[in-house]
Amino acid sequence: MSTLPTTLISDAMPPEPSTPSLFDELKRTLRSVPILTAVLALLLIVIVALIAQWLGTSDPIAINPGNRLKSASIDHWMGTDAFGRDIYSRVLYGARVSLIAGLGAAAVSISVGLVIGVLAGYFRGFDAIIMRVMDGLMAIPGILLAIALVSLSGASLFTVLIAITIPEIPRVVRLVRSVILSVRNEPYVEAAISLGTPVPVILWRHLVPNTVAPLIVQGTYIFASAIITEAILSFLGVGLPAEIPSWGNIMAEGRMYFQMRPGLILYPGILLSLTVLSVNVLGDAMRDALDPRMARKL
Amino acid sequence: MNIESSKSYAATNEVVLSVDSLTVRATGRTAQQVLNNVSFEIKAGETVCIVGESGSGKSVTSLSIMGLLPKGGLVPDGGSIHLDGENVLSASEERLRKLRATRMAMVFQEPMTALNPVEKVGEQIDEVLSLHTDLSRRARRSRVLAMLEAVHLPDVTRIYDSFPHQLSGGQRQRIVIAMALILKPKLLIADEPTTALDVTTQKQILLLIRELQQQHGTAVMFITHDFGVVAEIADRIVVMNRGRVVEGGSREKILARPYENYTRMLVSTVPSLIPKQRTLPTGDIVLQTSKLHKTYGKKKVFGRGVSVSAAQDVNLTLRRGEVVGVVGESGSGKSTVARCVMRLIDPTSGSIWVDGADVAGASRAELKSFRQRVQIVFQDPYRSLNPRLRVGDSIIEGLLNYGVSREEARPQAAALLEMVGLPADVMQRYPHQFSGGQRQRICIARALAMKPDILVADEAVSALDVSVQAQVLDLLEDIRSKTGIAVLFITHDLRVAAQICDTIVVMQNGRVVESGTAEMVLASPQHQYTQTLIDAAPGRGWDFQNFRAA
Repeated sequence: MSTLPTTLISDAMPPEPSTPSLFDELKRTLRSVPILTAVLALLLIVIVALIAQWLGTSDPIAINPGNRLKSASIDHWMGTDAFGRDIYSRVLYGARVSLIAGLGAAAVSISVGLVIGVLAGYFRGFDAIIMRVMDGLMAIPGILLAIALVSLSGASLFTVLIAITIPEIPRVVRLVRSVILSVRNEPYVEAAISLGTPVPVILWRHLVPNTVAPLIVQGTYIFASAIITEAILSFLGVGLPAEIPSWGNIMAEGRMYFQMRPGLILYPGILLSLTVLSVNVLGDAMRDALDPRMARKL
Repeated sequence: MNIESSKSYAATNEVVLSVDSLTVRATGRTAQQVLNNVSFEIKAGETVCIVGESGSGKSVTSLSIMGLLPKGGLVPDGGSIHLDGENVLSASEERLRKLRATRMAMVFQEPMTALNPVEKVGEQIDEVLSLHTDLSRRARRSRVLAMLEAVHLPDVTRIYDSFPHQLSGGQRQRIVIAMALILKPKLLIADEPTTALDVTTQKQILLLIRELQQQHGTAVMFITHDFGVVAEIADRIVVMNRGRVVEGGSREKILARPYENYTRMLVSTVPSLIPKQRTLPTGDIVLQTSKLHKTYGKKKVFGRGVSVSAAQDVNLTLRRGEVVGVVGESGSGKSTVARCVMRLIDPTSGSIWVDGADVAGASRAELKSFRQRVQIVFQDPYRSLNPRLRVGDSIIEGLLNYGVSREEARPQAAALLEMVGLPADVMQRYPHQFSGGQRQRICIARALAMKPDILVADEAVSALDVSVQAQVLDLLEDIRSKTGIAVLFITHDLRVAAQICDTIVVMQNGRVVESGTAEMVLASPQHQYTQTLIDAAPGRGWDFQNFRAA
């Protein structure tokens, strides 16, 4: 039985560092088979999109009327569409459009949403106004907004990106605002105020870092939903111009020939589902790794 | 107050609970031993206090007895727990459920979280009865009402239909106790049941537990860190440290003739209620508030809205080198005053004079020089430091704000750390690598970095274990004598106030009801509320430093 006043000693000497780092947490998460599969699948799609021109593809918008609706062959691995374009090339180049749409929407909505959310969360004066505007934005159906924008300014990747991004912003704003609201009254923030720390520094050093983990997770969900929205818009004919290869466009054109050439819908469809599924699995994994409390609760 | 053990229900020799060389370890790779060879027993009608500091294993012991150890976290690894002759460790899940209501019950620290917020409290007690008895609906209701009366709740039919948030903290704890005791269990485990309550409420709850225990001959296992409470209620005491039983014995033996050094240290660090003899500081006045008011208003879109006066007409004077204690129960407005003085919130009216200027209405820019003069240390050491910053960066944050370069600031931070008793090389570490007491030292170092004239300590030692508390109090005393800093010390704990304060201001419902030197206020209180407070302070009948009854 110890007779020493042990607490006296332990209080004077800092204990050894012990908690696992974020990196360890990520490393452990990656050991799970489904997550590893998702990461590899996504990586493969990204690489394929990047080096599409060296993968035996031809010009994805070159029309060849003599070669319409051919089945798979040595020249055309997935056959050709109604204009004689090579499906294989169009699907591969289509991955670029999808990934750009996803990444762009996630990056833009998170940066804009972060700024607005921090303003709403920290400066109470702005809060009511900003949040009512956000409520208004949330009331606009995304597809309708896209149709309106496209008919106003013409179909282009940029227009589609804006149409996908705007409805996502209010969600990010709400997330950031709730995080800021819960942290702004922490004693360490009040201590920083007492130390005369200027407001921008308080925001940057003490508040914003708390939003990083939830934002990364939210980002993956936006990424996935943006890919789907882009495909839906293109499929409906209000997205990208028809000749640009995008998975939505390919499927839209293939719709009429589904019984004859099911590959027109199947190949882009499978890739689309695979991409979205991988991103979502990855998002869940990130949430578990970045916020272990939440993972245990679910 | 004296809840003596003159029992109507004589403590028989019937052993209700017997814990025999209980060992609990963590699952997983480390397999760390959390409890090591813990043995003690509790007889019917007896109160056994388990005392220990945080991490001593006292809560794990109670969870093991209840069979509530976190699954996949902790497992019993040896020994036995016999409740009424039955081994709890080998009982099935189903049997445990039965035992938990009828033979043993538990009361937790926080009554709000122990109750379901969306169910009427009467129905929550009724649920216990309907699960474990076959009484009719009407019989159950009358039994619940009788129990509510037994715990001395007023207007029991109204209380029956109340939701937890409509009751006060003390009333909620009475409900929890009613729920625990309605099936007349043989063993009641109370895990810090009064820690979240004010002293006057605490006294009532302790009396209530004693009264019910005497009526039913319940064995009570009372877990606490507060030796004041122990001195009031314990028949026997078990002292725990780091998962082991250090020492056990009767109350008189442990408090008067502790055998182990650890116990001696614990008992003797309980601060005395008798203030130290001090010469009052006569230095310059560094802070003065006059007619300070703070009203919290709820603006409503429609209607007039509600406003609450949190502080009214508060006049304080703080001299160089003086420690002024502001004491009061929760809701007395003591923290509001501290936050107004810090200008973390804006006072509604009144003035705050610091260094010849009124800062009550100062703008953000005007506050810049004021911020350097007044610093604060908060209650919760786990939330007072940004977990993402190295402690060195936290300490020099203020210096950088006032134009000191990083190269100049770092040696200063090292010197400050040494001053608060930490080695300088810890600057590279993160807050989670420190214990609560160490973090509080870091917070003090951060506050001192600004070389302030005034330090506001808002319950700065309330979250700390008693031995660590004593060290932090010593540190503050030391800093005061070295630097001549003035301290505004906010606390609910009269013992702590008696130890460190020169002057004491007593607050109730937002008003100052009494103020004067510590000796005057504590030894010959004038206001009735002050008398009530002192009267309710647990353990007044014991002189801990000298190991004898006072």
